[in-house]
Amino acid sequence: MTHIARILKDDRPGAALLIMLLAASAVVPFCNLALAEGNPLHLPTYSMTLWGKYLCYALLAVSVDLIWGYLGILSLGHGAFFALGGYAMGMYLMRQIGGRGVYGNPVLPDFMVFLNWKELPWFWHGFQWFWFAALMVVAVPSALAFVFGRFAFRSRVTGVYLSIITQALTYALLLAFFRNEMGFGGNNGLTDFKDILGFSLQEDATRAGLFALSALALAAGYLACRLITASRLGMACTAIRDQESRLRFVGYRVENIKLWVFTFSAALAGIAGALYVPQVGIINPTEFSPLNSIEIVIMVAVGGRASLYGAVAGAILVNAAKSWLTVAFPDAWLFGLGALFVFVTLFLPYGVVGLIRKKGKRS
Amino acid sequence: MKKTERRTCRLLPPLVLLLLVLFPGNCHAALDDGFAEGIALLASKSFAQKTEGAEKIAGSGDKRTDKVLRAFLDGQLYFTKEGQVLVYGVPGSDGLQVTDALIETPLGIMSADQLNKITINNQLRGQLKTLLARLSLRSADPAVRLAGVREMFADITPETAKVFDDLRQTEKDDRVREALLTALALAGVRSADLAERKKGLVTLAESLDPEVRNELTRLIGEEKDKTLLQEAKRSLGKIEAKLSWYAKLETVFFGLSLGSVLVLAAIGLAITFGVIGVINMAHGELIMIGAYTTYVMQLLLPDALGVALALSVPVAFVVAALVGIAIERSVIRFLYGRPLETLLATFGLSLILQQAVRSIFSPLNRSVATPAWMSGSIAINPVLSLTINRVTIFVFAMLVFAGLFLLLKKSSLGLQVRAVSQNRAMARAMGVRASRVDALTFGLGSGIAGIAGVALSQLTNVGPNLGQSYIVDSFMVVVFGGVGNLWGTLVGGLVLGVANKFLEPWSGAVLAKIVILVFIILFIQKRPQGLFPQRGRAAE
Amino acid sequence: MKMKLLKMTLALALLVGTFNTQAALAEETIKVGILHSLSGTMAISETTLKDTMLMLIEEQNKKGGLLGKKLVPVVVDPASNWPLFAEKARELIQKEKVAATFGCWTSVSRKSVLPVFEELNSLLFYPVQYEGEESSLNVFYTGAAPNQQAIPAVDYLMNEIGAKRWVLAGTDYVYPRTTNKILEAYLKSKGVAAEDIMINYTPFGHSDWQSIVADIKKFGSAGKKTAVVSTINGDANVPFYKELGNQGIKADAIPVVAFSVGEEELSGIDTKPLVGHLAAWNYFMSVNNPANAAFIKTWKAFIKNDKRVTNDPMEAHYIGFNMWVKAVEKAGTTDPKAVQDAIIGVAVPNLSGGYSAMMPNHHITKPVLIGEIQANGQFETVWQTSGLVAGDAWSDYLEGSKDLISDWRKPLSCGAYNVVTHKCSGTK
Repeated sequence: MTHIARILKDDRPGAALLIMLLAASAVVPFCNLALAEGNPLHLPTYSMTLWGKYLCYALLAVSVDLIWGYLGILSLGHGAFFALGGYAMGMYLMRQIGGRGVYGNPVLPDFMVFLNWKELPWFWHGFQWFWFAALMVVAVPSALAFVFGRFAFRSRVTGVYLSIITQALTYALLLAFFRNEMGFGGNNGLTDFKDILGFSLQEDATRAGLFALSALALAAGYLACRLITASRLGMACTAIRDQESRLRFVGYRVENIKLWVFTFSAALAGIAGALYVPQVGIINPTEFSPLNSIEIVIMVAVGGRASLYGAVAGAILVNAAKSWLTVAFPDAWLFGLGALFVFVTLFLPYGVVGLIRKKGKRS
Repeated sequence: MKKTERRTCRLLPPLVLLLLVLFPGNCHAALDDGFAEGIALLASKSFAQKTEGAEKIAGSGDKRTDKVLRAFLDGQLYFTKEGQVLVYGVPGSDGLQVTDALIETPLGIMSADQLNKITINNQLRGQLKTLLARLSLRSADPAVRLAGVREMFADITPETAKVFDDLRQTEKDDRVREALLTALALAGVRSADLAERKKGLVTLAESLDPEVRNELTRLIGEEKDKTLLQEAKRSLGKIEAKLSWYAKLETVFFGLSLGSVLVLAAIGLAITFGVIGVINMAHGELIMIGAYTTYVMQLLLPDALGVALALSVPVAFVVAALVGIAIERSVIRFLYGRPLETLLATFGLSLILQQAVRSIFSPLNRSVATPAWMSGSIAINPVLSLTINRVTIFVFAMLVFAGLFLLLKKSSLGLQVRAVSQNRAMARAMGVRASRVDALTFGLGSGIAGIAGVALSQLTNVGPNLGQSYIVDSFMVVVFGGVGNLWGTLVGGLVLGVANKFLEPWSGAVLAKIVILVFIILFIQKRPQGLFPQRGRAAE
Repeated sequence: MKMKLLKMTLALALLVGTFNTQAALAEETIKVGILHSLSGTMAISETTLKDTMLMLIEEQNKKGGLLGKKLVPVVVDPASNWPLFAEKARELIQKEKVAATFGCWTSVSRKSVLPVFEELNSLLFYPVQYEGEESSLNVFYTGAAPNQQAIPAVDYLMNEIGAKRWVLAGTDYVYPRTTNKILEAYLKSKGVAAEDIMINYTPFGHSDWQSIVADIKKFGSAGKKTAVVSTINGDANVPFYKELGNQGIKADAIPVVAFSVGEEELSGIDTKPLVGHLAAWNYFMSVNNPANAAFIKTWKAFIKNDKRVTNDPMEAHYIGFNMWVKAVEKAGTTDPKAVQDAIIGVAVPNLSGGYSAMMPNHHITKPVLIGEIQANGQFETVWQTSGLVAGDAWSDYLEGSKDLISDWRKPLSCGAYNVVTHKCSGTK
């Protein structure tokens, strides 16, 4: 405990973020559930789920910042881990529908019934249990990251080559999940969820719970990443980022360090995906799209690389901008978003938090 | 006498019709009647009556027959609203150029609402083609005769065979004679006489025509005679073997063609990414700009689409290069040495460019016409034909590659580009204006992307999403080939294209692409620097 | 340090604030949501529908609005991003309080917003032909169901053209998959042998059609009349047709009938090589009647472009919007519950010269037209059903759904009622 306190002492913005998240996980559900509609402090469900979604993206951005900001691995395929976590959760939610689907089939999801599937594919077994799905949310992305990383880091694939093959990875998964033969619902993906652990997903209380869970998960994920970056392992990571070969000469097993941190980051991304799916109500292959993964990297860049809290700020800023612009300027919002990316890279090399940090130093 | 003749002409079965065409002069007295009756039937709304009319016209032996039917097939046959005169209408820029079809005198220009078009549907279209084929057996042009004979393969009977046999005696063109022989053999195989069937089979033995294969398959199903059955099976086996060989050849062609598209799309990136280390996410949008340039050029020159397309190549190069230089001067030059930041900024630019195109040209796809000299295909034999646009694009891609290669190896600009990319500080010390070279290099890469856009406009949609569909593939090609190596891009693109096309038949289009991606991932593990790694100091 | 904390909290609070500002609603307006992608891959098709809706609303306001109130369109851009569709739908209903929403194109976008409309009990009018197998209390399907497009088209090819061999080519997603499943079952029931059916799927935006077109050519050279039924989606069509033209597949040899190629798509293609290929729709711009002529005139004036074309989904919005207007007038309120009851049985003129009625299964009646592509990018109707065809929510040719019916009238009030087991499935 004192260890954590000491670390957070050096990371004031992080501490503030944690406090805010903890507060939000209690206050937001309260404002939504306990306060009546007319109350000026009442928070509509719409805003709450929207923020829940932002927090999931924030957790994903933190996981990218951990490997990009501190380890120098630019993954252009982190959306894949996010989506895999999402699919694991989606499969659980799908199984929960049970006989309430439109065809009334007690076992098979609707999309399998009307495409004439006769029985459940093997990889769908087990997902009727929450514990199993929860395990898979972490296990599948980690396993993929582990296998992929083991190959890539051992053969010392670095820099843009690594970025491009992570892109190839997510692109291949995108195409694979699009295929209806895969048994994941093809382009439509998984949708029409009914309830989670017996709580109806259409209830405000369930939504409030999911929001609180997302806030807590982000807090925990942030803390975990901060503990890593503040440890000896974290210092080794930074060293790898700045001078990989030198660290290798000193005798560090660089590929092992990379592998474990990369795998951990993938697991975090998976958790973010799992929390995202019940809140938006759908998971489908476009989450694997390479452009999505690039957008995540951009969130980190906008917020400020290698600070973790910058990733959180960036994710919220970019997504909030998107939410707002798509309504305010539906015909021209891409100009705004595009200009934001150019502006940030040109004038704010350390992102938005860099701006605040600089100001803080000056005053 | 006259009466019976007329009746025969009206009830002409196809065979007699054919004979009539072949031996003109027998039925002269009734000619004008048949022609006029046929024309009158064309005015009907019913397609069945129109068909009857067309048959009558074909049977009339009138010398205007061919021209009328051909205009009918091309949808250029009209009745004037005033006076119901049958006319040809050729669309021009300010209306229809109208000619009286019966007396062949020009009637000047009319607008579409002064005329009633004689509409046509698919069945009628097919029937017209058969009729014209029959008429064309006596044409002076061997190619027309050949097409006519082929058109009649499917419904050849012992009776028509006799006519064909006569034609064969006088035929001078080798290919037409061969086709006639095939037709005769087909008739032989269909005959009830065993000896005829045997004789037919010997001739058909190695013909690649699909009709022959169908006939043999049918024969094998029905033939009672053992030796003949054996023979037919052997023949079919030989044909199948040949077919599978040509199918492989075709796949190679498809692969090379896909590969050349990949090379075109990627080669500009190979310069901006490979030589100056900028990850240009807006590369796809530069391709898009090239495609839209083609569209605009065709708008400017609506009467000379082919010329517009050819002119588009230099114009697209200049337009895309200027946009590229503008991007470089305004954004990228502040980001050198930070490749990942260029990724972010250029991604932002790509969003802006896409939306700009949406605002200027609308989000709809734009239609870019293919000029006549780029459409159709070259038939090597009945089963293998190469589409001309693909061949053109392949040659074009090779030319662009060769030009670029020479530019980089032989020109002073190329020397400077290479110098700066290998050792910037040293190059500057030698008096090279590095920042100018950067701008020009980026402009060059962008211009090549623009040229790729011109080529792609001939294959795919010209719309705001054009660029996005090629960007990931382009990166794969460059990385697979080896960053900073033009040869790598060429070989990489072609290899990936051919591999993709060979995988496609047994795995389907989607799986083929997945397999290729997984292969690239694994390949990079084995050779982290791609197919042709950069050597020396520049590699670090 | 404290300053910084304060700033961040402030910034966050500000952000939250922007999303909570509820625009003060004036009583005398009715808001109509328009949920069509204006950017991303689907913008190509959907932007036109947004403009169509704006036009329809403007026209309605010229006529004095609805229930004496002015209609106000609320346009949002879900950016071809499916989760964003759900988010925007919720925003339209909860924040903007729209009375009804017109929108979506792809099946996945409809599936994504469906739970939102059901939860908040609001109305969605969906204007695109789709795979069927759905009937929601909150959705009105004004596009064609498979029995209003695919099956008549196949009948035409079989009876009029005499097709004996079939290529079912589609993009790999749910609409082609389901349609082809239905067609395969249908063809087999008509005695077509399995080896005379070739099914092929390609990914979205597939651009290299060389091998597939060559395969079709080989498949079609077997001596029997061959036809291609194409459920190829949007972007992939241009390269597909270009390849057909170049490999010399002419419409009279192997006709291609498409379900996703309309006037709008043709305006982006050089149509000369395509003349004679077919499409099956419920409306063609070339249909000759006064209602259609007026619609085209209004549209060209509204969009300020004389070259713009009209297409089937636009007609679907035209029908859907007028049905909604009529139902609201009938109910005297925009309350979704009242409108749901009032709209069943409402009939409004369609643009092909007749009336379309809303059926109890929330699908509508339409004529089916088969048209041949002309060199000017228009279709010429070559065949048409003698009467109207009612949309079928559940296909009779699929194993799982042949016993299901949908009827939202009381007392049944069920979207998926099994006539064998007498159970209503799909309920919460």
